[in-house]
Amino acid sequence: MDLQILWFAAVAVLWTGFLLLEGFDFGVAALLPVLGRRPADRHLMLRSIGPLWDGNEVWLITAVGAVFAAFPGWYATWLPALYLPFVIVLLGLIVRAVAFEWRHSSHDPRWDATWTHVITGGSLVAALGVGAALGATTLGLPIDGDGNRVGGAFAGVGWPALLGALAVVAFAVVHGALFLALKTDGDVRLRARALALRWSPVAALPLLAWAGLVHLRHGTPVTAGLWLVAALAVVITWTRIRLEREGQAFTAWAVMLVASAATIFGAAFPVVVPSTIDAAFDVTVADASVSGYTLTVMTWVAAVGLPVVLAYQAWTYWVFRRRLTAGPQHEQVSV
Amino acid sequence: MDVLDIARWQFGITTVYHFLMVPLTIGLGILVAVMHTMWVRTDKPEWLRMTRFWGRIYLINFVLGVATGLVQEFQFGLAWSEYSRFVGDVFGSLLAMEALLAFFLESTFLGLWIFGWGRIPKRVHLAALWAAVIGSIVSAYFIIAANSWMQHPVGVTMDGEKPRLTSIGAVLTNNTALAAFSHAIVAALMVAGALLVGIGLWHLRRRKLAGRSDADVDHQVWRRSVRLGGWVSLAAFLAVALTGDWQGKLMYQQQPLKMSSAEALCETEAPASFSIFAWNKLGSNECDDVHSITVPGLLSFLAHSDFSTAVPGVNELQERYAEVYGATYPDDPARFGDKAGEPVDYQPVLAVTYWSFRLMIGLGAVSAGVAAYALWATRRGRVPTSRLGVHGSLLAIGAPFAANATGWIFTEMGRQPFVVVPNPDVPVADQIWFFTAQAVSPGVGAGEVLTSLIVLTAVYGVLAVVEIGLIARFVRRGITTGDGTPTPTGTPDGPDRADSPDGAVDDDVLSFAY
Ligand code: HDD
Ligand code: HEM
Ligand code: HEM
Repeated sequence: MDLQILWFAAVAVLWTGFLLLEGFDFGVAALLPVLGRRPADRHLMLRSIGPLWDGNEVWLITAVGAVFAAFPGWYATWLPALYLPFVIVLLGLIVRAVAFEWRHSSHDPRWDATWTHVITGGSLVAALGVGAALGATTLGLPIDGDGNRVGGAFAGVGWPALLGALAVVAFAVVHGALFLALKTDGDVRLRARALALRWSPVAALPLLAWAGLVHLRHGTPVTAGLWLVAALAVVITWTRIRLEREGQAFTAWAVMLVASAATIFGAAFPVVVPSTIDAAFDVTVADASVSGYTLTVMTWVAAVGLPVVLAYQAWTYWVFRRRLTAGPQHEQVSV
Repeated sequence: MDVLDIARWQFGITTVYHFLMVPLTIGLGILVAVMHTMWVRTDKPEWLRMTRFWGRIYLINFVLGVATGLVQEFQFGLAWSEYSRFVGDVFGSLLAMEALLAFFLESTFLGLWIFGWGRIPKRVHLAALWAAVIGSIVSAYFIIAANSWMQHPVGVTMDGEKPRLTSIGAVLTNNTALAAFSHAIVAALMVAGALLVGIGLWHLRRRKLAGRSDADVDHQVWRRSVRLGGWVSLAAFLAVALTGDWQGKLMYQQQPLKMSSAEALCETEAPASFSIFAWNKLGSNECDDVHSITVPGLLSFLAHSDFSTAVPGVNELQERYAEVYGATYPDDPARFGDKAGEPVDYQPVLAVTYWSFRLMIGLGAVSAGVAAYALWATRRGRVPTSRLGVHGSLLAIGAPFAANATGWIFTEMGRQPFVVVPNPDVPVADQIWFFTAQAVSPGVGAGEVLTSLIVLTAVYGVLAVVEIGLIARFVRRGITTGDGTPTPTGTPDGPDRADSPDGAVDDDVLSFAY
């Protein structure tokens, strides 16, 4: 049982890590048409996430892999219940990945513009979809006693999914803006900061609402405390942006996400797929888990592997730490 | 079509498609890393240009491999949830290990390699590429260990309705996995070798016809590419045959029905002969209708290293399987759907197993032949101008790709009707098996799976067209830096220009001007 708790926590950490990291590249992509007025600005924005997005995406793969590895009952209930929504997420991720690579394969500005739009669209679809899936698995899916979905292809997409979708996209947009404020210089930096200042209080609302709802249903005093931390972090974010302290604002916004996610997963435990039909059909950690031996093996692998991964990912972030500017040079080399 | 058939088509199409990128990523990754190493060691400009040119193709391909791999990670849950529940104790952990130990390595260090030109010390930059390449190889190992466990489940006991993992060591050292992994890695090198040969020869010929000098760097680039690719192809073909022979021997013990289906061998024969070509109603799936040209004794050799051992035929094995695993599916509609109570056909589709096995070997041999031609035609500085030879080599780039695909189709379709094949090394009472018919997601409708099948296939089709177009255009353009003149730098924010190649970064190859 202890290992089951550990692995539930590990899965929660992986999903949070994914939202935290891929969140800003989703956000930057979503903001391309808003903040990237000139081609040079858009190139600058893309360059800020260029070396990082693929590594960030692996957090998603690992999170899904860990759900399968530790809780196959969760994996096998959650994914088919949201079959088409997940396929749509996958399509978004596919087109986005190829667009990153393909957009600079031609001298034609229209080609570039088209694939830049694809990056924005694919990222938005993926962010909405992952949010919807996480909303559904923490707030409820229409599943029966065998873990099968009741109703048509989109029966899983109720208000919990919509709330989750909204929460993740809104979070990501501000997260992306703060990332740009931190990583770039010039016009883009100023516009990103202004956008974050205006929108951060509003953008936090759906996420706080989601966390609050899960807490109200099954929460403990600890999750109440976490929720308050999240709410406080929004205020801090806003004041830090006003003071033009971008690094601190980015950190505070990240704390907001971590505290919200901790509230959500902490309050949802031990249920991994709540049923909207009957609480007796809820899938719990104990129902879904693999054997103790497999969990032990996985624990060893993660204990050795995860610190190494964190170390080298941190190192890449450090290598690419400098602020980027859109100089005329870039126009010249953007083939 | 019911959910089962649609889901199988979907899995087959998406996986075969993913496996068009995979061998190129693995094989070309290794070769580009070798080129980069040679450049760091010798400082010769042709190695740098080779790294740049082939590196760019490697990257274009890599991204599509990532994009299609994502689908794979979700598919087991989406369409095969009962399978995922059944194998959960073993299978998921291998996928998670692959993600944690391999995918992070690949993607993080590849990002560092792409954007690190001129920004990090030369040797660290080279090490980044090697780290990414090792990541690809590790990834292949874990996923093939997962696949091989389905072909030959080890390290588990039955615990109630499901297998429970008892030894991860046994799963990771499964002989089926070691054989399949080594076979797949060398098969991947054949793909990369054929690409170097085909494109290299084409450029050499074009330059010669255009009267360009053969003293400049670019000539060296193409020439070295052809020589390297040719030798790699030939060596890899030898290795593929050796590892394939190893697999054949395991298959004889572990999945005898797959082996006799691959041969359309109806009756048990001693010595058994190897069929080269079959005709007459192979498609009817009635083994006895098939006639073929055979090499006496060769099948015995493949199975057991001598020319006389008996190899059991399809007819005999079918009966044996029906006795042990049931002549009909259990009469349980909740788990078996329409198939409940129906007879089980233990024989895989003969035409598929028979021809995919032959195509795999035959196309590999074609590729080796092309490599031998290329080495001969470029001996001692020669440049071939034969249209047939050069264009044929270009066309033959497709052969090892197709050989890889048919190899998998053989492996995967040859294990039907099982998705987890019983392991004959343990007593029948302890054997674990799972029919494909019980593996699909029960809660998902045919309409949903059909929709995703159509959409994914259409999107994959479009991606293939764009991808091939891009690679073709990039290849036709060749090395755009011209003959030996460095172009102005493209990374103004790179701090240590001294480390950048040639003291400069050329404008379009790997600088990735964002
Ligand atoms: C023999 C090797 C092999 C095989 C059989 C498969 N793959 Fe694969 N896969 C790779 C070898 C590989 C690779 C070489 O590591 C790739 C290809 C291109 C790439 O980027 O990495 C990859 C990419 C890749 C990715 C994206 C990784 C990233 O973002 O970096 C995922 C999620 C998967 N694969 C998952 C799967 C699954 C679930 C498979 C089983 C059906 C599968 N692959 C078959
Ligand atoms: C190594 C990792 C792999 C795993 C874990 C795996 C697993 C599976 C599973 C679960 C199915 C669905 C059930 C079934 O129809 O039997 C399947 C079917 C299939 N796979 Fe694989 N597979 C792997 C690699 C591949 C590759 C690389 C290819 C081809 C390039 C491939 C080709 C196919 C085909 C053609 C089918 C459909 C067979 C049929 O339904 O008759 N597989 N595989
Ligand atoms: C030259 C003689 C060859 C022999 C004797 C041979 C033998 C085999 C056998 C027996 C299998 C099936 C393993 C199983 O189902 O358990 C297999 C699978 C496969 N073959 Fe080959 N093969 C040969 C050439 C090639 C070539 C040239 C390629 C590609 C360039 C190739 C690629 C594959 C792949 C990708 C698989 C499926 C994955 C695996 O099980 O490793 N093979 N081969």
